[in-house]
Amino acid sequence: MAERKITYYAAIAEAVTAEMRRDPSIFIMGQDIRSKIYGDFNTDEFGDRVRNLPISEAANAGAAVGAALTGMRPVIDFSMAPFLYSGMDQIVNQAAKARYLFGGQAKVPLVIRSTLFYGASQAAHHTDRPWPMFMNVPGLKIIAPSTPYDAKGLLTAAIRCDDPVLCFEDSSLWGTRGVVPEEQYAIPLGVADIKRAGDQVTIVAISGGVRTAMTAAQTLDKEGISVEVIDVRSLVPLDYATIFESVHKTRRLVIVDPAVRTCSAASEIAATVNEACFGRLDAPVQRVNVADIHIPFSPQLEKHVLLKPADVIEAVKRVLAPTPQSA
Amino acid sequence: MAVIGDNLQAAGLTPDDLREMLRRMMRIRYFDEAGVELLEKGQLPGPMHTSIGQEAEVVGACMALRTDDYMTGNHRSHGHPIGKGAKTRPLMAELLGKATGVCRGKGGSMHLADFSVGSLGESGIVGAGMPIAVGAGLSAKLRGSDQVCLSFFGDGAANTGPFHEAHNMAATWKLPVIFFCENNGYAVRSPMSDTTSVTDIAVRAVSYGIPGVIVDGQDALAVYEAVAQAVARARAGEGPTLIEAKTYRYRDHSEMGAVAAQLVPYRTDEEIEAWQSRDPITLFKATLLEREVMTEAGISELEAEVKAEIDDAVQFANESPFPDLATAYEDLYVEPIPFHKEVR
Repeated sequence: MAERKITYYAAIAEAVTAEMRRDPSIFIMGQDIRSKIYGDFNTDEFGDRVRNLPISEAANAGAAVGAALTGMRPVIDFSMAPFLYSGMDQIVNQAAKARYLFGGQAKVPLVIRSTLFYGASQAAHHTDRPWPMFMNVPGLKIIAPSTPYDAKGLLTAAIRCDDPVLCFEDSSLWGTRGVVPEEQYAIPLGVADIKRAGDQVTIVAISGGVRTAMTAAQTLDKEGISVEVIDVRSLVPLDYATIFESVHKTRRLVIVDPAVRTCSAASEIAATVNEACFGRLDAPVQRVNVADIHIPFSPQLEKHVLLKPADVIEAVKRVLAPTPQSA
Repeated sequence: MAVIGDNLQAAGLTPDDLREMLRRMMRIRYFDEAGVELLEKGQLPGPMHTSIGQEAEVVGACMALRTDDYMTGNHRSHGHPIGKGAKTRPLMAELLGKATGVCRGKGGSMHLADFSVGSLGESGIVGAGMPIAVGAGLSAKLRGSDQVCLSFFGDGAANTGPFHEAHNMAATWKLPVIFFCENNGYAVRSPMSDTTSVTDIAVRAVSYGIPGVIVDGQDALAVYEAVAQAVARARAGEGPTLIEAKTYRYRDHSEMGAVAAQLVPYRTDEEIEAWQSRDPITLFKATLLEREVMTEAGISELEAEVKAEIDDAVQFANESPFPDLATAYEDLYVEPIPFHKEVR
């Protein structure tokens, strides 16, 4: 049987749809969700379990929390990731804290999906990659799939998880096609994927940064430089074991993270690797982030600030260059 | 001015229900008084907001709900779960941060919750409970249950964005939600006239196409009747109601100790005394006597019972152990993530 290929975009809807068929307590709501603009959800089949939301992000998120506290398993689509800020109180103060504050009486099985729209002249109100803000909130789990296969498997695991999970979907990957089994499967949260084996430098990449890293790896390969590319897939929990193991082998680490640099996921991974693997490192860990700047509108300016394979190649060469300590 | 008419039974209240209402009102008052005493003795850590003076609206509202109905609250937090029927021992132990606390010492005074009686949580964030109530109402509707959710909030919360968002969502979807505004006239120390465009929050219901009801919050039966009607409407699938109970807290926004004396006064003694002259518990006792539901002796007996219960709760809380330190790292996730070993 030929392996079926579908897009990242289709994989998302497939995961939600299959889970909704499995469990009647799952429902999806989002602004414009019934128009199928953010995925093909079957309104005939699911009726009022596919719900259009008013533009009321605080109450949208709060309603999802209330439903989750009382036996339902809502999936809420926030469409553009910076819209999460309008729902911030409910996400941070309620969804993330309810279980802890109430001493374990509550569970909040809730999935909050949002999409990153960088690279398409959407300017600063639609283009943030805000996962580090949420990584800073205990009580949330965070996934950031980079392939159609992972999108379906991670989202399925997120929907089955009894904790609140944020799913960051990268619109630059929406059109990418990949092999996705038709049957349901779940990829456990906190298991990284080694996209490419190598022995000279480890590249840990996040979301759309995985594609950038893989392109860079191919170019480096032609130059005779062997890099290992790891897709973290899930930011909370984060699979440090896989990263440590790779760093022990390569002794060099570059982190490719499309979010801004300060207090980024890359910063956190770099710090943790430093604490755990300092003696094994032959060069300082390098972060490849977007600088601490907003995404500009003009296509030329936007291209200029977003990550390119050349940025990754440069960082790999920096960690391979003799350092004063090793010289 | 009980709206309930001469025949109390017509409202579905039995003499036992009425005694239970008085019991819960007394529980709230004695519980809060005990809390103040513990705080002044330095045994109760953190901030505390009392409901003394507001007992009738809390209990009148809660008695119109079933145990399996839901409720969300706010920072003025002890009355709501007590009104909903929560046991006082675990609540008091929570105030002292004890292991036997209803939230295992994680929430404290401001974040009580007792899911066993439908109390989905009080909140330190003003206005945050209303959207959660919308979600609980949506959940009931999607499950085909006839449960409702009542959200307690103050006049201050009526000025938050989530007030508007939650009312619109609940009204649009005809959800079984009762928005219950405990209007005590002040957002912390600011009078409503400084901060609010209208004198009656209930008029805002017009914007959402739902009923808006104003009720005397010092009259437990009037509140009961207003909420019972809203509950019936909600269970019938006709959507939410906004009820505004005019009430008053006798004490400050929160217990401030000596600090309060250094701040600019915001209420007159005359105003406080005027409200105290219509004390909700005194009024309700008079109603029960007048209607021969209870005798003076019966009321005294009940009073002694409730006082003993609260004394017992305080003793239980005092004698309970503090939580094991390891529990600080528990209850975050259902499926826990290991902490970095240097953290623990």
